[in-house]
Amino acid sequence: MLQIDTWKRVLIWLVCVTGLLLALPNAFYTRVEQSNDAQAAIELGNDTPELQAQAAEWPTWLPSSLVNLGLDLRGGAHLLAEVRVQDVYESRMEAMWPEVRDALRDERATVGTIRRQESAPDEIRVRISQPEGMPRALEVVRGLARQVQTLTGVGATDIEARADGDTIVVQLSEAEKLASDDRTVRQSLEIIRRRIDEVGTREPTIQRQGADRILIQVPGIGSAGELKNIIGTTAQLTFNPVVNRGTDPDASVGIGEEVVPSIDESGVYYIIESAPVVTGEELVDAQPSFDQNGRPAVSFRFNTSGARKFGDYTRDNIGAPFAIVLDDEVISAPVIQSHIPGGSGIITGNFSVEESTNLAILLRAGALPAGLEFLEERTIGPELGQDSIDAGKVATIVAFVAVLTFMALSYGLFGIFANIALIINVGLLFGLLSLIGATLTLPGIAGIVLTVGMAVDANVLIFERIREELKSAKGPARAIELGYEKALSAILDANVTTFITATILFAMGSGPVRGFAITLGIGILTSVFTAIFVTRLMVVMWFERRRPKTIEV
Amino acid sequence: MRLKLVPQNTSFDFFSRWKVWLGISGLMMVVAFASFMLQGLNFGIDFRGGTTIRTESTQPIDVGTYRDAIAPLELGDVTITEIFDPTFGEDENVAMIRIQAQADAEAVEAATITAVEQALQAVIPDIQFVSVESVGPKVSGELIQTAVIAVALAIGAVLVYIWLRFEWQFALGAVAALVHDVILTIGIFSELQIRFDLAIIAALLTIVGYSLNDTVVVFDRVRENLRKYKKKDLKEVLNISINETLSRTVMTSVTTLLALISLYVLGGDVIRGFVFAMIWGVIVGTYSSVFVASTILLWLGVKRDWSKPSNTAGNQFANIDA
Repeated sequence: MLQIDTWKRVLIWLVCVTGLLLALPNAFYTRVEQSNDAQAAIELGNDTPELQAQAAEWPTWLPSSLVNLGLDLRGGAHLLAEVRVQDVYESRMEAMWPEVRDALRDERATVGTIRRQESAPDEIRVRISQPEGMPRALEVVRGLARQVQTLTGVGATDIEARADGDTIVVQLSEAEKLASDDRTVRQSLEIIRRRIDEVGTREPTIQRQGADRILIQVPGIGSAGELKNIIGTTAQLTFNPVVNRGTDPDASVGIGEEVVPSIDESGVYYIIESAPVVTGEELVDAQPSFDQNGRPAVSFRFNTSGARKFGDYTRDNIGAPFAIVLDDEVISAPVIQSHIPGGSGIITGNFSVEESTNLAILLRAGALPAGLEFLEERTIGPELGQDSIDAGKVATIVAFVAVLTFMALSYGLFGIFANIALIINVGLLFGLLSLIGATLTLPGIAGIVLTVGMAVDANVLIFERIREELKSAKGPARAIELGYEKALSAILDANVTTFITATILFAMGSGPVRGFAITLGIGILTSVFTAIFVTRLMVVMWFERRRPKTIEV
Repeated sequence: MRLKLVPQNTSFDFFSRWKVWLGISGLMMVVAFASFMLQGLNFGIDFRGGTTIRTESTQPIDVGTYRDAIAPLELGDVTITEIFDPTFGEDENVAMIRIQAQADAEAVEAATITAVEQALQAVIPDIQFVSVESVGPKVSGELIQTAVIAVALAIGAVLVYIWLRFEWQFALGAVAALVHDVILTIGIFSELQIRFDLAIIAALLTIVGYSLNDTVVVFDRVRENLRKYKKKDLKEVLNISINETLSRTVMTSVTTLLALISLYVLGGDVIRGFVFAMIWGVIVGTYSSVFVASTILLWLGVKRDWSKPSNTAGNQFANIDA
């Protein structure tokens, strides 16, 4: 007959109570959030009485995880960036050139004189004057290659050299390109994270998406434009020898040289050597400061090897100008006055205080290895998010009341049982969402409302079945038992299929859609649980107490 | 006294005019498809690329002023619509500006957005840009692809599941109903030119889930009754099954619709299209589980000799111990 073991009863109630306790903090969202923030600040060593008071707003013995609010509810900025991984090939080749040149020069006897040719940015082309020396030349260049670790096998090298007539073409190998792409994206991710952390906003999401994309979501920031200013610049800082200074942007330049504009003086262009003396990667520190005239500047310090290179160069080139180049623009091109041995210096230019602070942050966080291309950007104002939350709340409450009333009218006492289960269901749903730290989005709220509507389905199936079984004149106990038993297969089939679609949505969707899939999926789990365990338990407990001869469903 | 939407014992004949119903469904699908082909969907920026700016101002909105302010920027196709919503306050005048993807830009053109914002600010000083969203054409192409794959995958997965749990005829019937629902939903979006964005895909998949839910409940009963009434012909068994589950079908549809309608009215304009799709889907899905799925099952015929005669055997979940 209608029997449920005591341990099962205890377990069911325990699950409900735990779920509701986990959901509880969401009812006091702002208070708990403040308390959590204060707690985190205290742990960071920022202990003040005010923070202590704030932290105490929410008792520590209660759970304090909250449902995260998605960008569409909280407001903030969302960017999807693609890393231009090819940028790296170019700089790799540029760095390779001196090595190739020196190696070939040593073989002048067999290969003759060498000359670098115009080429695509991701390769080096070198012509040799004695084509019969080509085998030796290739051997020498290949000798420069290093092993790469790949999944596909050993023996792959990082560069490939081939002959094209009397020209040697040097390129990164496919294996190295793949490895380099992966490195570039991971490095970019790390640097973006550092830059955003420097600014100090709460709970940013920075994730890799696919092979070469990065998703960045920062709640509470004013606009996507602002976010782009922080992470968008590569901040590639180099110190290059200056060849000439002029006003012609199309000036003809030698191989290995390039024309870059000046950042402050419009119409002024510098011809510089492409291979830098030192790069920003060798910086260990950068701070905003002021020059001797009190204008904003950025002071910096090199690491040991950077300091040595910089020292050697300044010692050998006193009187010559060198350019400080940031992202292909010359910030300034001072003349070297004296040997600078200590490895520290100062960059002056027409900065505002804000610009110098920003530049220092960018330099400190490190340069992005490659440029970013923004494929998608969204800004959601906090007011719009708040409006959505308010509208969602009202809609959920109205939906709730409507469904509760309808169920009570339709099924009487059993309807009340289903209603209690429905309330527990939504509680469990919020509890689970908080527990796994899921993000609630506007479509997610729609998912909850939909769950409220559909959650009663399982109960409806059971109650209708009990009604039917009652018709065939079995006793009430037997009818209830059969009702549950026979409705089970329909409940499971119906919910498994819906769950399949929720899973696919979760796997394929992104952002808000994913938020919807999560609430829908969890909603299915909790509603099946409440229907086949919680309402059943309630019905059984009622039945045991009253022992009615007839029941009306 | 109980509220009863459906009388206790019904014996409607759902199949007396089954050819008519199937014909109507077929015709509606053709109309929906034609509308989709001729008119096309009003794709949002998720699928088409471009920028939408949502503005808010205390001054009443004059679309002409907005248009004149933006026109000198020569951005190509710009649509400006005023949005009305019962949840807005009195001084809340909201407009939506949509700018097509700029031809040459692979990525998002930040300068365009700034230019538009400045142009509007010059005319309407208190204007606020409550949300700005841009999607580059590269991503939008991929989003369409992912969306189509998602819907196809969902339908495929369901086909397999029902095939495993029932028989292939059931699976075909259910999938026919799903395709019917999806096409009709796309049709109404194309006919009414409601904005079709990523969230609508989520709605489509939910409709797939809901419609299936309904179909499976009917089929489950059909399977049970096929074992119970071995001598009755298929049409009669189907009729009995649908009548027996009718009360549940209506109850669940009503509670779901109650919830959705409150969301439609009170949930704000941002998700109204999404909720509309789901309301439509619930109605169409309920209809299709009876008039499409079951009718197709009747048409295909079904195996009558279920080897295990018991009511619950043959389904692996039936003996779960609760």
